Amino acid sequence: MTILVEVPEPAVDPAGSGVDQRPAARPGVRLARRIVWKVAGAVAVVIAAASVTFFAQLAVPGDRATILLNIQTGQHQHYTAAQLAPVRKEFGFDNPLVAQWLRYIGGVFHGDLGTSYTQHRPVTQVVGGQLGPSLIITVGALVVAWILAIGITLLTVKRRPVVSALGSLWETFTACLPQYWVGIILLVIFSVDLHWFPVIGGTSVKGTVLPIVTMAIPLAGFLGQVTRDEFEKVLDQPFVTTARTRGQSDTGVRLRHALRHAVLPAITLSGWALGALLSGAVIVENIFGRPGIGQVLVTAVSTRDVPTVSGVVLAVAIVYVIANLLVDLAYALVDPRLGGPA
Amino acid sequence: MTTSTAIEPGPETLDARPALLTVENLRVSFGDAEVVKGISFTARPGGCLAIVGETGSGKSVTARTLVGLTGRGSHVSADRIDLAGVDLRRASGREWRSIRGREVGFVLQDALVSLDQLRRVGDEVAEPLRLHGWGNRRSRAERVVELLDAVGVPEPEVKARQRPYELSGGLRQRALIASAIALDPKLVVADEPTTALDVTVQAQVLDLLAASKERGTSIILISHDLSVVARLADQVAVMRAGEIVEFGSAHQVLHDPKHAYTQALLDAIPSEHTRGTRLAPPADGVSDVPRVRKIDRDRPVLRARNLVKVFQGPDKIDRTVVNDVSFDLFAGETLGIVGESGSGKTTTARIALALTEATSGDVLLHEKPWSSISAAARRTVRKQIGVIYQDPLSSFDPRWPVGRILADSLRTGSRPPSSKTEAQERAVRLLEQVGLTREHLTTAPLRLSGGQRQRVAIARALAPEPGIIVCDEPVSALDVSVQAQVLDLLTDLQDELGVSYLFISHDLGVIHHMSDRILVMKDGRLVEQGDAEAVFAAPAHPYTQRLLTALPRLAQA
Amino acid sequence: MTTITLPTVVRSPDWVRHLRARPTTVLASLVVVVALVAAFAPGVLTPHSPTTIHLQQTLRSPSWHHLFGTDEAGRDLFTRVVYGTRESLGIGVGATAIAMAIAIVFGFTAGLVGGIVDSLITRLLEVLFSFPALLLALLVVAVRGPSLETELIAVGVGSAPGYARMVRGQVLNVREAPYVEAASALGHRRRTVIRRHLFPNAFRPLVAVMTLGVGQSIVWASSLSFLGFGVPPPSPEWGALLDAGRDFITTSWWLEILPGLVIVLLAIAVTSLGRTLQHKLEGAAR
Repeated sequence: MTILVEVPEPAVDPAGSGVDQRPAARPGVRLARRIVWKVAGAVAVVIAAASVTFFAQLAVPGDRATILLNIQTGQHQHYTAAQLAPVRKEFGFDNPLVAQWLRYIGGVFHGDLGTSYTQHRPVTQVVGGQLGPSLIITVGALVVAWILAIGITLLTVKRRPVVSALGSLWETFTACLPQYWVGIILLVIFSVDLHWFPVIGGTSVKGTVLPIVTMAIPLAGFLGQVTRDEFEKVLDQPFVTTARTRGQSDTGVRLRHALRHAVLPAITLSGWALGALLSGAVIVENIFGRPGIGQVLVTAVSTRDVPTVSGVVLAVAIVYVIANLLVDLAYALVDPRLGGPA
Repeated sequence: MTTSTAIEPGPETLDARPALLTVENLRVSFGDAEVVKGISFTARPGGCLAIVGETGSGKSVTARTLVGLTGRGSHVSADRIDLAGVDLRRASGREWRSIRGREVGFVLQDALVSLDQLRRVGDEVAEPLRLHGWGNRRSRAERVVELLDAVGVPEPEVKARQRPYELSGGLRQRALIASAIALDPKLVVADEPTTALDVTVQAQVLDLLAASKERGTSIILISHDLSVVARLADQVAVMRAGEIVEFGSAHQVLHDPKHAYTQALLDAIPSEHTRGTRLAPPADGVSDVPRVRKIDRDRPVLRARNLVKVFQGPDKIDRTVVNDVSFDLFAGETLGIVGESGSGKTTTARIALALTEATSGDVLLHEKPWSSISAAARRTVRKQIGVIYQDPLSSFDPRWPVGRILADSLRTGSRPPSSKTEAQERAVRLLEQVGLTREHLTTAPLRLSGGQRQRVAIARALAPEPGIIVCDEPVSALDVSVQAQVLDLLTDLQDELGVSYLFISHDLGVIHHMSDRILVMKDGRLVEQGDAEAVFAAPAHPYTQRLLTALPRLAQA
Repeated sequence: MTTITLPTVVRSPDWVRHLRARPTTVLASLVVVVALVAAFAPGVLTPHSPTTIHLQQTLRSPSWHHLFGTDEAGRDLFTRVVYGTRESLGIGVGATAIAMAIAIVFGFTAGLVGGIVDSLITRLLEVLFSFPALLLALLVVAVRGPSLETELIAVGVGSAPGYARMVRGQVLNVREAPYVEAASALGHRRRTVIRRHLFPNAFRPLVAVMTLGVGQSIVWASSLSFLGFGVPPPSPEWGALLDAGRDFITTSWWLEILPGLVIVLLAIAVTSLGRTLQHKLEGAAR
């Protein structure tokens, strides 16, 4: 799990004067305006992301029609122009580059991501059916990770030194764990030895538990680290002291005041985390023999079916963009301050 | 060490009413370090006890001990801590919680950070009510509005629904006080309640506490500022290094101090009475010679003509931060710019330094174009104008020791040192000039005290031998005794070198002490300017008059 | 005359005191030192050869003789892990270097030039950032085909956007720092200010980030190999070991778990060193 993500600081009082000089736009209007901008930005990101995947398809060395035929026939040879022509026509390779690009971008918004080299089916079809199972374990893992992270942080942050150190150690350790390793250990212990869960899980409920736990553990460590750092900072803030001077108990201070501040950075990171989880899903699905984009992707990468790979990558990017929109909204709910993550 | 700390109150402080709070021989330590060393005091209903001291005196720790929040790893002992007959030494966690907010209200400094930014002002004010089981949701909401109204918050219903950051500094502080007095506690402890506030707002907040006192509340006011204390306190305890060195009626302590430290603190406060004298006791061998001023009114070294600066905010709305400001700074003179936060004084200073480009208007340096010329052309004359910031530490590259900072600055002057040895020797001379020594050459600024850092900053500004130094709030972050030393140093250097200062401060006392002429700024405009003595004696503009009335003075005690 | 024997103050040697003060840092350093020894002198750590096949000793579970057990060809797994260190560590360092090089070019350009260049680069990074690192890496593999070189580039390119954002933020931070303005106020040229203040101060925290990055690159590279897109199997590179062991998961757990443990240990060690370094640098820069 990476620790290399910038956490934007909420901008407080940009004028620095302490005097409220903002125009009196109502919060609702302000929020609506912000959402419109965010959505526009998100569309732009999707277009740009689609362009990147489009050009990735061009970046494959060699003639695309030749590669395509070779992939389909499993051979390695040259073809005559006559042999290539129908393929070029079918896939639109003979159109001008700009036209191909525009068609690809336009297609993205109509749910058309091109045609798979190997399966001769639209990429949307290949990917579409598989996105659901992947999203289930991804969202599941995010929820479990949040519960674990908040629970452990609340119980261990700024307690007796031993307790705090244990909590911190747990987070440092789990945040470093590669998902494949966690997955294999869980598989060996709970499926192979204890037979509690099936070795090949499929999409059954029982088979969904281990994949979710596998992805949740490292993420919980990571979110926990971020939340703990913030929690420690917040508990030293004067407003926490103020709350105590009013007679607020330690638990009250933690739950009513500190927690809300402390989860802000982790909320910001959740959009990113969802994307990271989707790539983790590729590995986890592989280990637990679970259908999903992971299986599609691995097959496509090994056959070098670049349109399909691009399709999966783009689909994930879109999920990421949507997730970040939701994160922004969640952030605005928890932190009503103007600014928030820009 | 602690023999004379328990000073009996003088006869004039005797009061018929029984003490509300009695503290005897209070000691607080963190690990091996004892930060409060056996102090005793009492607080009476309807009275105000001020505890005054500089950084590290133990005054804030004392305040927190009174609500049982001394902090982690602390050890508290006392012969007596009685609040209205209850022995607080034995209070359990639960008992403390029922005392806090109900029996004792607590006000911290700077409500921007002392109120929860994510919660509504109303919820914050209602919190003590809710915690102590007062009323129901609806009656609490009504009470909050009453409370906000009582502390002078306009439109209390609206403000209660806003968040702290949407309120101005003064209103926030009022809301904070409202939450502290919500349950009408017998005792209010206020820890630097006005420190972050502008002088006019500060006066209003002090009045609010005074009104509370009138109603019979006992107030313990913690402050570093003797003149703030003068406005409110009946009794004053002066703390230094964990001990109360002097305790008596406010009038006696502020006008007839018995202890040398109190005297030194009082002497260190800059004001109209201290002009032309030293604030800190002179070092051995230096006699307090009268100042020699050589102001050349025919030679303006810096002229600003009709400066205007418009900033565009993130909301695309233009704000005129500096509006038609003109001034002359003459050779050897100190020109003070005074104003509250947001008045545009710092932006004016930055335009004078040509670090910010003015929207219109220009600045002349030694009668030659300065703000209007190219950056490259400016570089060759930069050495003529230096700058000292409020926070010297952040103005030093964190990787550089003092010696390198000074050598770097020396190189930009008109006589760059020709060798490493020469640079070092000149750096040492600079350090000695500002009261530091050769040993400081290899020190990292992080390891210096606040006063020493500002001395290094002054040495750096002096290194290129400029004729003008812009001082932007140079002493605002310093304790009063350190402030006195730095101000003395600046005056000595002016006498010695004949430099001109453009001196920016929010503190009227400092401005009055330092300046020959002053400019008063408000909302980007120059509302008044003139000879310092004249402006202070007979302010013409209503704003200046208001500032001066709000200014806390020792004479009020 | 009486001789007084002064009691010699028994001072523990430096390393003991260090160990007491910060045990994790010392342990982490120890792990890294062992890894470096394995990378440059694997023979010191194991008497066996990584390639010798013993068909009588296939798939033995860990024992005193074979610490990590043996694989399907009877090769000593511990020896293979030791000999794989050089390649794995090399991929980790190399990929981080590639990522950092890209990040520094983009980050510094964006942060220093500002204006439209900055917004363009920021947008581009935002787009690239919307691809999770592993997926971006897989896209690179799909385009280039699997090989050692691809793995380096894939992991490097995959992690570059995150770093670039950080570098840019760092440059902006330092650019706005009062000491940079103070240097301009002294009359230094912009070039001088950039060279003397901006570069060194913006680079400082990156040292820690690079350390953290090496740990992550190793994990990511091994994830790629685990999926079968890394260095091809006969190599004892750690990810390749994992890939090779997958067929025996149900019978021979050690083939997966023990090489994984080594990766985890190294990753944690490097990360904790990076964090210590980060705190130290932050402390120095207050």
